[in-house]
Amino acid sequence: MMVQEPIIALDHVSKSFGRGDKVVRAAHDITFALHPSRTVALVGESGSGKTTCARLVMREHQPDSGRILFRGRDLSDTGAVGLKEYRRAVQMIFQDPFASLNPAHTVDFILRRPLTLGQPHLKGRAVDETIADLLRRVELDPGAVVHKHPHELSGGQRQRINIARTLAMGAQVIVADEPTSMLDVSVRLGVLNLLNEMKRDLGVALLYITHDLATARYIAEDILVMYAGQIVEWGDVHQVLTNPQHAYTRLLLSAVPDPGIRFDDPGARLDPRAVDVIRREARLLQDRVVEIGPNHFTRQAA
Amino acid sequence: MTATPLLSVQNLTIDYIGAKFDFRAVDDVSFDIASGEVFGLAGESGCGKSTIAYAINRLHKPPALIRQGRILFEGKDVLDLDDKALREFRWHKVAMVFQSAMNSLNPVLRVEAQFHDLLKRHRGYSKAQSRERAAEMLRLVDIPPERMRDYPHQFSGGMRQRIVIAICMTLDPKLVVMDEPTTALDVVVQREILQRIDELRRSRGFSVLFITHDLGLMVQFCDRIGIMLRGNLVEQGTSDQIYHRPQHDYTKQLWASFPSLHGDPFRLERASR
Ligand SMILES: Nc1ncnc2c1ncn2[C@@H]1O[C@H](COP(=O)(O)OP(=O)(O)O)[C@@H](O)[C@H]1O
Ligand SMILES: Nc1ncnc2c1ncn2[C@@H]1O[C@H](COP(=O)(O)OP(=O)(O)O)[C@@H](O)[C@H]1O
Ligand SMILES: [Mg+2]
Ligand SMILES: [Mg+2]
Repeated sequence: MMVQEPIIALDHVSKSFGRGDKVVRAAHDITFALHPSRTVALVGESGSGKTTCARLVMREHQPDSGRILFRGRDLSDTGAVGLKEYRRAVQMIFQDPFASLNPAHTVDFILRRPLTLGQPHLKGRAVDETIADLLRRVELDPGAVVHKHPHELSGGQRQRINIARTLAMGAQVIVADEPTSMLDVSVRLGVLNLLNEMKRDLGVALLYITHDLATARYIAEDILVMYAGQIVEWGDVHQVLTNPQHAYTRLLLSAVPDPGIRFDDPGARLDPRAVDVIRREARLLQDRVVEIGPNHFTRQAA
Repeated sequence: MTATPLLSVQNLTIDYIGAKFDFRAVDDVSFDIASGEVFGLAGESGCGKSTIAYAINRLHKPPALIRQGRILFEGKDVLDLDDKALREFRWHKVAMVFQSAMNSLNPVLRVEAQFHDLLKRHRGYSKAQSRERAAEMLRLVDIPPERMRDYPHQFSGGMRQRIVIAICMTLDPKLVVMDEPTTALDVVVQREILQRIDELRRSRGFSVLFITHDLGLMVQFCDRIGIMLRGNLVEQGTSDQIYHRPQHDYTKQLWASFPSLHGDPFRLERASR
């Protein structure tokens, strides 16, 4: 299906924390790839290992085993990929739009720094104009926000500044970890649409992390469903969501709020004991990969 | 619906008093909740939902000031209750579950002691009597009663939230106010908890005021829904009306503002422009 080379590929990557009987298998045998102009959604409940995967991609964690490739080059080969080059190309957007912006700096400063570092040939007026372009790109009025500090902006505006900053850095990959979960419902969609445009118009590869299947379906081509450190099902987002194979994917789908189904519909009831069984079994190691279709896979206990 | 509603909020207007000017958080809001009914208040953050929830429990404090209106519970105005009547009202008549309630359990007390606190104070129960009641309540929310000897930190967030709900229902209140009770939880846990409350309100007959910003969830759970916008209740109707025949532009806009699992995923891109 994908002929284009991935920008980033995780190849059987694992990461655990702690030791002895306290060891947490945060990410086990993770394999996926990020391609230009494509979005991969990583979905799962809290504690399933999503942020660990993000931090592995960000090189904030070292894999215990497996390889991470950047444009085909193995990150663990010393000198193969400079940290500086990588940090510029691979950018993260966090859940809390406030935490990641320095409160002492103006929007102008926040964008100017990465621009002049990344594109040293830009000087004077050209920098001002690029900043204004970036702000318009994220649908903010440059005149109205450029001299403001983060606390003078709404959550949605701050998240737009974060996106503008990743673009100022020249990001080729954006890892967005629950970027809308702290925003008001009415501005969430705008931020999602903006990420979508970055992908479509600028060729960015997007890893979109969420616990919300509906937004995953809205924004992504591919989906990874994660539970207890393992990706239990993955592939084309519509295939996975319309023909789910893993019991945990089915459970997750059946629990998504759906105004078409009332809790008192007899068919809607989740049996708590059945839920416990699904959880317990999905926690087991599932080392057998089963191909459902050309771009649709699931895992089973061997 | 019965002749006298369990709760009748009438023309409620609440300001937050400021040094320079007052901020009207709730503006002339009226709604009724019938006995056994689940009524939902939906709207974006800041629209005044929690301010109303606090006022119903008489938990509002300065700078909040009720400018106007009545909050009738079984026909009597909650705003007129003296201290003694208020003690009788809270927990017995109305109990409240907050979004962060799971963090409101006392971390140094075993779960059974938290039940006993309430039951001793309000019912004069012995420890043995409280333990028996706690076991009964924990079973209702699918928590093994033997775990009442554990401390809050030994439970997951979802289990702690269930314990809070069990404590709230201990004195058999007629109305449970739930202010975003599951917003911090995962969808499967959220579904398990709300489904249980739905069963319980049918078997035990209490009413629920359910507050959330998730309109889809609200339609699944509530009998009737009110939509709030900047302190105003702009529309109310049955869940079916709010879902299939929303009247107010803002309600329609709310529906268009989040993706669903079904239907045309690209509808929204156009709607949000
Ligand atoms: N730095 C760390 N040290 C110890 N345990 C961690 C660390 N980071 C994550 N974990 C554990 O790994 C598991 C996965 O966490 P995380 O990747 O944050 O999940 P998610 O983002 O899906 O909520 C959890 O059990 C978490 O407690
Ligand atoms: N203690 C307070 N002092 C001043 N303004 C407040 C206070 N509490 C809430 N408000 C304001 O009142 C409005 C309604 O708040 P709230 O009832 O908490 O909304 P919701 O629960 O719908 O998010 C908001 O604009 C909020 O900023
Ligand atoms: Mg996380
Ligand atoms: Mg609130």
